[in-house]
Parts: sequence; C-alpha cells; structure tokens
Amino acid sequence: MSNRYELNKNLAQMLKGGVIMDVTTPEQAKIAESSGACAVMALERIPADIRAAGGVSRMSDPKIIKKIQAAVSIPVMAKCRIGHFVEAQILQALDIDYIDESEVLTPADNVNHIDKTKFKVPFVCGARNLGEALRRIAEGASMIRSKGEAGTGDIVQAVSHMRAINSDINRIAAMREDELFAESKNMQVPYELLEYVHKNKKLPVVNFSAGGVATPADAALMVHLGAQGVFVGSGIFKSKNPEKRATAIVKSVTNYDDPDMIARLSEDLGEAMVGINQQEIKILMAERGQ
Amino acid sequence: MIRIGVLALQGAFLEHQAILKHLGAETFQIRKPKDLERKIDGLVLPGGESTAICKLLIDLDMMNQIKSKIQDGLPVFGTCAGLIILAKRVKNKSVPGLETMDIECVRNAYGRQLGSFRATSQFEKFGKIPMVFIRAPYITWAGRGVEILAEVDGKIVAARQKNQLVTAFHPELTDNPTVHRYFLEKMVKK
Repeated sequence: MSNRYELNKNLAQMLKGGVIMDVTTPEQAKIAESSGACAVMALERIPADIRAAGGVSRMSDPKIIKKIQAAVSIPVMAKCRIGHFVEAQILQALDIDYIDESEVLTPADNVNHIDKTKFKVPFVCGARNLGEALRRIAEGASMIRSKGEAGTGDIVQAVSHMRAINSDINRIAAMREDELFAESKNMQVPYELLEYVHKNKKLPVVNFSAGGVATPADAALMVHLGAQGVFVGSGIFKSKNPEKRATAIVKSVTNYDDPDMIARLSEDLGEAMVGINQQEIKILMAERGQ
Repeated sequence: MIRIGVLALQGAFLEHQAILKHLGAETFQIRKPKDLERKIDGLVLPGGESTAICKLLIDLDMMNQIKSKIQDGLPVFGTCAGLIILAKRVKNKSVPGLETMDIECVRNAYGRQLGSFRATSQFEKFGKIPMVFIRAPYITWAGRGVEILAEVDGKIVAARQKNQLVTAFHPELTDNPTVHRYFLEKMVKK
C-alpha cells in the first residue's frame, strides 16, 4: 500500500478514543473543540434537519467549511455524496482532513462508490456489516464507521451494525483457511482483505460508531460493543445544553467502563434531542450504498 | 519489572502499550485519578488531539497530580500531542497543558492532513530511524539543558530535558523500537 494510504490510516489511529461532532457554524465548532471533540464534521445541516427538510441533500457550501476550518485547530471532516467524486475533489481542494462519503446525503451513484485510491486525502465510509466495510476499504477508505440511522437519536441501528461487523469478524476468524476463497466470493470482497481479518481478527482500519448517539450512555455502549470512537451528529446541537452534553459524551467515551462516573455525567444534562423511532421514518439512510 | 503508565484519555495509546510490552515492560492505562495511585516507573503521553487530552486532564482532575510527579522526576515520554502537552510555550494553543519542559512548539506546524509525511532521520547516536508525522508539531525553541535528539529539514523533532523526552513524530506507528528502548534504558532504568 502507498505511503499516503498508511498516513491516512495513521490519522484515524490518532482519533481513537475520541468523539467527532457534527457542526454547522464556526461557533458550534468552537464549542465542540472546547468540549474535547477530537475532530468536527462541517455540515450545512445536521442529519435531523436533513430528514426534516427532505429533498436532495448535497455537499456543504465550501464557504461554510472554510469558516469552520479557520475557527478550530482540530481536524475538520466534511461529507460528500456516495459516488460523487467531483464533490470529493472539491473537498480535497479545500485541504479537508477527512472526507466522509456518506449515506446521510442523497446518493449520486446507485452502483459505484468513489474510487478513493485516486485521492490523497483520507476517506471514512459507513458500513452495516463486514462485507460493506471490506468493500469500502478495497475502494480506498482508511477508516470505517457503523452507519446507524443518522438524525434519529435512536441507537438501535448503530448497535445492530456494530454487532454485525464484530460477529462477522469472529466468524471469519474461526474459519479454516481453505474456506476463505469461497467466502470471499460469497461476501463479494477481495480475498486479501478477508485473509487479513482471518489472521488478525479485526478490520485493517480504525472502526468508529455513528448514527443515533444521543446520550453519554449511548456513547459508552458503543465503545463496549467495540467502537474505537464515536461520531455524534444531531445528538449534541439538537439538545437543550450542547456544551454540557458534548463534554459528558467525551468523558463517557474515555471512561466507558466506569458506571459511577457515567451516572454522574448523565445527571441534569437538560433535554436530549427528541428523537424519532426507526419505525416512524420513511427514509432508511443506512440502506444507501451497499 | 518496569511498569509504565500510558495516558489513555484519547488517541493512539494501545500502539505504545504494544511496543513497550514487546520490549519487556509492563504497562497499564491511566484514565482517572485513581490510576495514578499505582506503582509507576515511567509515563507515556500518546499522540491524539492535544486539546481533547488537555481538556480531559483538567476535567478528570489529573493535570496537577501528573505535573507534580513529573516535577519530582518521573520519567515521561510524549509523542506529538504529548510533546505539545509538555511544552512550556505553544503557538496557537487553546487549552493549557502540563508546561513542564523548556521548549516552544508550533501545533499543526506542517499544515493539515495533506501535510502529513514519513521521513528517515538520525536519532541521537542510534542510527537512522523511520519517523511518521501526522498533523505534527515541531520545536521552535529549546531552552538551556534541553538536548536535541533529532532534526528533520532543520526543524527539531525530538528532544530531552532530564526526565522528559519528546518526539514530534510517532515511533509507535513503526516497527522500529529505538526511541522506546532509549526511554526505557536511558531514562527509566536507574
């Protein structure tokens, strides 16, 4: 693999144990940074509002991204539509730290994802299972996140996706080596990546959780289930007291194994985002890009 | 056996633990004040986001305790964010750190992720080693008593002041154990 790809995987390693927060303004970005976020995702609208607005959702206005880059010193990520390599080229031209090729935006291509090996900047992509994760890695993603169901404040999908990825990994690790050839065909993933999972019992890149995290307990739950860090989208700036909630989520990721501390952190946070049940929503974003 | 505490608030702390274990040291994670009560021969401050780590050090009430341990002579090794946290002066800093080492550094000195790079350079007298720089800082000033251990393109990227060792790069992201061995053998073992 190229030097650049290694460096991009390395940046994801530095983000581990951290919380990446969705922000829409420089002010929110500053709040995120001072609350202990390890990176921010610069967006025009957070997922809950994308859901409410409906219509086609695209890459953010570069002006917003630039303002957020100027406001903070931590890494700045931004989303492009699945398969929209020109949006990705624009983000690279903006010197973005990480591109999220995201199902939260309306897909631009129903068949192909972006050939991420053609880019110098790193990509993170969503996955619901090991097959999706390894296909994205084969295309050049240097970080994976569970898809969850963004903008709902409902953790159930993030939990199923993280459990699915890990149980797939365990299943592959338990296989006989001579079964991997057929399994790579079955899962539609490159043999080499499957062999890596078999030998190392983990993904070859960092794996975060995303989609539906709303409370410190949600964040700690995902770390227990194997997430190496957490994306929080609508959960923070759709709540009553963003700063307090952001700080509490950061601390509960670090001390996910300390229920006494998480109990204290969960006290008096004000109202959480209202949330929508997965059954109440019309668009399942997680089904985009498989 | 040597016991190294690795600050595990955020960042790449597992990578440090793996390489230290490979060199025969025992390691444990430090996540809250209680973890500082354990027997400790040396401390590692890993790479990650320095603002996030400093904020957690303050909120979790560990900044002063760690600072006084370092001032009392506890050997400490900081990589990247760890360097920033130990530096007395930091350009464009937003959250105060430990500020125990007489150096000045610039954060994100090579720019954003597109500026991240790999290099090979001399480390003290131990030969050339691979160095991985991720949104890295470099040292712009070193006070009296600070020994410069490595430079890349004329910039100071590794230094030592008595019990404090810092690198702007990430030796824990390579297979080369030179810097960790230096820390264990020249600074922790007495």
